[in-house]
Amino acid sequence: MKKKYDIIVIGGGPAGLAAAISAYDKGAKSVLILEREDCLGGILNQCIHNGFGLNRFKESLSGPEYAFRFIDELKTRNIEVMLQTTVLSMREDKTITAINSKEGVFSLKAKAIILAMGCRERSRGALNIAGSRPAGIYSAGTAQKFVNVKGFLPGKKVVILGSGDIGLIMARRMTLEGAKVQAVLEIMPYSSGLKRNIVQCLDDFDIPLYLSHTITKIEGDKHVTGVVVSKVDQNRQPIPNTEIHFDCDTVLFSVGLIPENELSKSANIPLSPNTRGAIVYQTRETLVNGFFACGNVLQVHDLVDFVSEEAFLAGAYAGEYIKKANKGRDAVDVKNGKNVAYVVPQKIDKNIDGNVKLFFRPTKMLKDCTITVKCGDEILVKKNKKIVAPGEMETLILTKEKTDKIVYEIEVLVEGDI
Amino acid sequence: MFDVLVIGGGVIGGTILRELTKYKLSICLLEKENDVCMGQSKANSGIVHAGFDAVPNTLKAKFNVIGNKMMKGYTKELGVKYKNNGALVVAFSQEELAVLEKLKARGKANGVNGLEIISASKLKRLEPNVSNQAVGALYAKTSGIVCPYELTIASIGNAMDNGATLITDFEVADIVKRENKFIVKSAFGKEIEGKIIINCAGLGSGKIASLVGDSDIEVKARKGEYILIDRESGGFISHTLFFVPTKAGKGILATQTVDSNLLFGPTAEETEKEDIDTSAKGMSFVIEKVNTILEKPPLFNTITSFAGARAFSNRNDFIIEESKNTKGVIHCAGIESPGLTSAPAIAKFVVEELVSKQTELVKNKKFNGKRESESCFKNLSIKKKNKIIKKDSSYGKIVCRCEQITEGEILHAIRTNPPAKNIDAIKRRTRSGMGRCQGGFCQPYIADLIAKEQNIALTEVTKKGKGSEILLKVTK
Repeated sequence: MKKKYDIIVIGGGPAGLAAAISAYDKGAKSVLILEREDCLGGILNQCIHNGFGLNRFKESLSGPEYAFRFIDELKTRNIEVMLQTTVLSMREDKTITAINSKEGVFSLKAKAIILAMGCRERSRGALNIAGSRPAGIYSAGTAQKFVNVKGFLPGKKVVILGSGDIGLIMARRMTLEGAKVQAVLEIMPYSSGLKRNIVQCLDDFDIPLYLSHTITKIEGDKHVTGVVVSKVDQNRQPIPNTEIHFDCDTVLFSVGLIPENELSKSANIPLSPNTRGAIVYQTRETLVNGFFACGNVLQVHDLVDFVSEEAFLAGAYAGEYIKKANKGRDAVDVKNGKNVAYVVPQKIDKNIDGNVKLFFRPTKMLKDCTITVKCGDEILVKKNKKIVAPGEMETLILTKEKTDKIVYEIEVLVEGDI
Repeated sequence: MFDVLVIGGGVIGGTILRELTKYKLSICLLEKENDVCMGQSKANSGIVHAGFDAVPNTLKAKFNVIGNKMMKGYTKELGVKYKNNGALVVAFSQEELAVLEKLKARGKANGVNGLEIISASKLKRLEPNVSNQAVGALYAKTSGIVCPYELTIASIGNAMDNGATLITDFEVADIVKRENKFIVKSAFGKEIEGKIIINCAGLGSGKIASLVGDSDIEVKARKGEYILIDRESGGFISHTLFFVPTKAGKGILATQTVDSNLLFGPTAEETEKEDIDTSAKGMSFVIEKVNTILEKPPLFNTITSFAGARAFSNRNDFIIEESKNTKGVIHCAGIESPGLTSAPAIAKFVVEELVSKQTELVKNKKFNGKRESESCFKNLSIKKKNKIIKKDSSYGKIVCRCEQITEGEILHAIRTNPPAKNIDAIKRRTRSGMGRCQGGFCQPYIADLIAKEQNIALTEVTKKGKGSEILLKVTK
């Protein structure tokens, strides 16, 4: 078997597919995708609802349809794919150790590696939610896999904790399957999901959303039988005597996604504590030369369209990277200013041509706000926005003319009314 | 009819079962749950205690010290992970330093070697992340760690390989004595006969004792809540850290586990027998205490929290004795901490000293105490891994990504003694689902494997036995 590649892409979901296509089109001759599942497409395969591709294709596709647009593109190119292959570790010298049933444990070497491993769901355990540990408790994505891929319904009386997009989608999905979704609970005073999902998945089905509420106890010995829900104060602490009890046989958790960077850590790639993804330049190259990251392993996106956009960028720069020597960095830092949770990229290399698109999330919901990018006292960009929320990613474009002006660092901040 | 019926598939029942198979006896283990190791043996700290804590001349002191010495060889034979990581009892005041002297003297009286009182600076060298407020510690070099369910499952599996029978879902409801045998009846009307009964029923041992007329044995439950931290932070501490015991109790401990997680806990709260719920109060207590004994503990890497119930008796000591009222019955009741450490020593004593009084013990020459290690695939060399994959390609397929567990290991757990019949049973044998995603990704795959191997529908697959079915019905 072939052991050396120009570019190896880890993960064959939306990010990996777009990155591989883009790298190939930039001239990388040998491109390999390593995918642990038995087909390409990643989590899109279990997302049978529509709404994918509105930005990119100007039409509403299902998850598998969106994936197939890319898989079809991939097939017209000489890109290799290894399925049912799990990467066990990587080294900074771009050696990958992987495992599958056919080859056993084997090593591969690449000139550049694109990280596209996606993310995982935060579990019930990580939240220290009190109570028993019975059957019937799932993260929303696991339930989605059981319902949409395996064809089995976990239960018929459901409570959902967290108003993340997968939780909202599953509220509708379970309802369509005849289950009664009694409540969606959100510990924050606002939803972390997209507005359109709140309307289409909850409001349209009369499913109540309880803001500033959380589960304080799970009940049931063998199988979950109910939950106790409490209202929370500004510090997210349960308020005594606000308990509501729900009988249920299923509890779904949609309480956040975490980029899966265990492999990145094995290659000593520095991560951002804010995104939990790699720290990157606008090229999506990490701080370890020749390692690029894109999609949900880098930052958790709201829409797959943005994942594809980011992956095309990463793939293209990885394609460039293997062709020519780095001309040296002239990097400045991008800082999180007031009310900003994170900004990607975290670094801008002034030696790279072209505009820089900044992706960021606010720390809280703000109205009638101003988004500003500052370098010291100088304002580089200023933009007004009616409303911003942590659940909706914001973008801003810095032209080359502006980035040339940056000395040392810039700061992105949002000001507005609460 | 069996020669011996062991009631209860925890670590005590399991090690006794294995000890019995060294002799020519027909043996049966009765377990009320769908899998073995479902009580206190699945949710405790996993400490192989040195033996300085137990009051001298108690059964606890005696079996703790012998068990500690046996554990290394015992676990090696069974292919069970064991680490002699040492323990530190951390003092925060001059008064507590004085208590350390008492503990050391007590340990010496119990026959514990390797006890040393160390300075704050030496403590900091051994454990750089210990609290800066610590003023010294008792260092117990013989203390170790073991995985309690791995040890229990391996003991029972090895006993079964040597001929013992396991019957699960058999909750003992009644015991009837006939001339030279017992008829043990289950809650569902099944009956099993045996000549000797060994009561190792944990929280239920008081009830079993009362069924044979020994109402003086009272067993209550004490709940302990724990917080488990991702392997990624497993190197934060390497020893087992204890607080100095006070009148208010032992406090909690902080330890590395043999699987490189960190474990913080337990609380100690007397409860109803079946209550193993975690509570907000319990978890905040653990968090507060961990923040006291460690500098900036990595609680951000919490994977899960859980609770276990420990049985304790009205005698403030282990109860290991023949029934006072019914000949042929042996009780092992109230085996709280250091029960795990003591288990191999208790098993040897029960069989050699107590069972021998009831029946003649003839060596079983076919006994093979060795057992292949579970869940060791990821630690093998690449060469060895490839040899196995070549023979069985299912070892080339990773099912649990967080713990890197292969399909081959999961099938092995379903097919070997004691067979894993549900999702949690597979988790305890292979660690699949024990990682940071808590089974989010692998559970659908594992459910498929169970359904296929047992030839049942996915709706019949359970998390932990009947009543815990994971799926309700086929979609529309």
